[in-house]
Amino acid sequence: MREIVIISGKGGTGKTSLTGAFAHLAGNKIICDLDVDAPDLHLLLQPKRERLEEFYSGNEADIDREKCDGCGLCASLCQFDAIKQNGDGFMVDPVRCEGCKVCVAFCPNEAIGFPEKHCGQWYISATRFGPLVHAQLFPGAENSGRLVMVLKQQARELAETRGAGLVLCDGAPGIGCPVISSLSGTHLAVAVTEPTPSGRHDLERVSDLCRHFQTALAVIINKHDLNPAEAARIEAFCRESGYPVIAQLPHDPLVTQAMVQGLVVTELPETDFSRELHQAWHKIEEMAGLKP
Amino acid sequence: MNRIAVTSEGPSLDDQVDPRFGRTAGFLVVDLETMDTEYIDNGRSQVMAQGAGIQAAEIIAQAGVSCLLTGYVGPKAFQALAAAGIKVGQNLEGLTVRQAVERFKSGQVEMAQTPNRAGR
Amino acid sequence: MIVAVASGKGGTGKTTVAASLATVWDGPVCAVDLDVEEPNLHLFLQPNLTGRETAYMTVPQVDEAKCTYCGACSELCQFKAISVINRLVLTFPEMCHGCGGCMAICPEKAITAGQRELGEISWGQAAGAGFLAGTLRIGEAMSPPLMRQVKARLNQQLAADGGDAIIDAPPGVSCPAVNAVLDSDAVLLVTEPTPFGVYDFKLAWEAFTPLNKPMGAVINRAGVGNDAIYRFCREQKLPILAEIPYDRAIAEAYARGRVIADVSAGLKQTFISLRDQVRDLASPGRAQEAVHA
Repeated sequence: MREIVIISGKGGTGKTSLTGAFAHLAGNKIICDLDVDAPDLHLLLQPKRERLEEFYSGNEADIDREKCDGCGLCASLCQFDAIKQNGDGFMVDPVRCEGCKVCVAFCPNEAIGFPEKHCGQWYISATRFGPLVHAQLFPGAENSGRLVMVLKQQARELAETRGAGLVLCDGAPGIGCPVISSLSGTHLAVAVTEPTPSGRHDLERVSDLCRHFQTALAVIINKHDLNPAEAARIEAFCRESGYPVIAQLPHDPLVTQAMVQGLVVTELPETDFSRELHQAWHKIEEMAGLKP
Repeated sequence: MNRIAVTSEGPSLDDQVDPRFGRTAGFLVVDLETMDTEYIDNGRSQVMAQGAGIQAAEIIAQAGVSCLLTGYVGPKAFQALAAAGIKVGQNLEGLTVRQAVERFKSGQVEMAQTPNRAGR
Repeated sequence: MIVAVASGKGGTGKTTVAASLATVWDGPVCAVDLDVEEPNLHLFLQPNLTGRETAYMTVPQVDEAKCTYCGACSELCQFKAISVINRLVLTFPEMCHGCGGCMAICPEKAITAGQRELGEISWGQAAGAGFLAGTLRIGEAMSPPLMRQVKARLNQQLAADGGDAIIDAPPGVSCPAVNAVLDSDAVLLVTEPTPFGVYDFKLAWEAFTPLNKPMGAVINRAGVGNDAIYRFCREQKLPILAEIPYDRAIAEAYARGRVIADVSAGLKQTFISLRDQVRDLASPGRAQEAVHA
């Protein structure tokens, strides 16, 4: 069983659109949307939900007004400015609360509760390309990567039960906790970038991250014709660093058209873009050691 | 003292070895001489957003075991177990707890030098 | 006045808008890059950096001579950054959230402040605007600790020199994004009128509405996709403060690292108008009615 994660560093390079297309082209697989913060893959796959689970992670402090005598010790200890005076008592701001439990531990009246935080939901759904494991964090929730790990675990178990040889994941932008969790145990990361100073800069950082965690990396340069000179610089960087550039895709309004129709680009009539995508997918299969 | 812990999906020797360490359902602590068992629930670790493996290490250290048998262990948990002087036998998923213990007793389980699971 | 430029979806044009706004601002202003995981503002503003420093956060360091292995620290720590196992204390500094709990609870005062490197803070000038940025160390998992330090520096600066600030926030709607907009006076939500853009915009709107900041929308690449975003903004009475058309010439200018307010007189005017509307949105006199239903 192989796991492939599509990442980007910079947002908006086409990660999700390409993952959707690869999900169409791939054989027996489980699809996984690890961008739990702002998941978009479902907009292309129209999943039919088969299972829903609540996700709890960490805790938050909650002051019982009846027991609080307004001493303010909690507010003075809180390193996150999460406790403010409210009338004659104090109140925790759930947006700022880090869930560290310091106020709970030190309150002389034991007036602070510490309930579990309901952070989101995850789902297993059916799509026209196969099963999708996905989630939605509630807006503002902490994204520690734990939900990402839950999804990966579920996808792997599902792959085993269904005899699928591949778990194909849409990753998150950036280089923080969720991306680090996405890379854990992955066989191949494919970074989608764009030929802009931001695209190159962010690719360098995300590729550093992959190196740090010893994850194999391949690169796709999307919208390469927007700035061929910059695309060439990215190509050179990849060559020097040992990251294979498996495709350079032209900017194609077809991608947005497909998105608007709730389709992936390989479901529309063939163009240069979709032909290149087919080739890119074959290269990915080879690199990941997947049977064609 | 000759007690070992095995990550277990349930409270009996015939339950499956739980492949996870940090978020395992629980631990079966087995006295190697008498084969008496004690089940310790691992709910305390499961609820943690991070550091479940370290919490689990604390739990079994308190139980006074000399060895852990499990499926996989991450690097931080491995570090905690090593610090506690608890030896680790990995890759035992797919067996029942009883089978894992028998293998250990007959010297077939190699003690791990490094964790078999990447960190996150 | 602090205005935060945010979005749900990445790649919609936050940095583009923040950079252009900073260049047309009519008064002292500091452009702040709080997208510490992937900071890009400097690529467009090309600041002259006058200083940089490594940012650290406090993590526990245990004096085992004083430690009695009582386990109170381990018991309290929600993040398992400190763990007492038998007669050993282990610390995992990378897990520490900096709450100070272990240091406060230790009965022997055996825990003091150690350090973990978060990344770098840099500052300087960019064509009349001040510049301030945080860059996260590769491998550092959490952005909020570094973001807090950059914000602290910004506050010191604003308290000393006055002026406004324009914050380039990270994408998304979870804690890094919320952290960036939390202490601002107004929030601009940048999006594109595609299905992904609209979906993530709604998430952002849900995430930021409870913060009770005046919010306005900026539609980038107007003309692609569909109308859903306009309908949503109308329904939620969210003002659309600027539209930047989908135009290959603009995309190519961006791809060359140009500030797009410099591309044409028309675009410059768009950003001047945006600037004026943002001031209006954030002004203290204005009734801060909640924009949520």
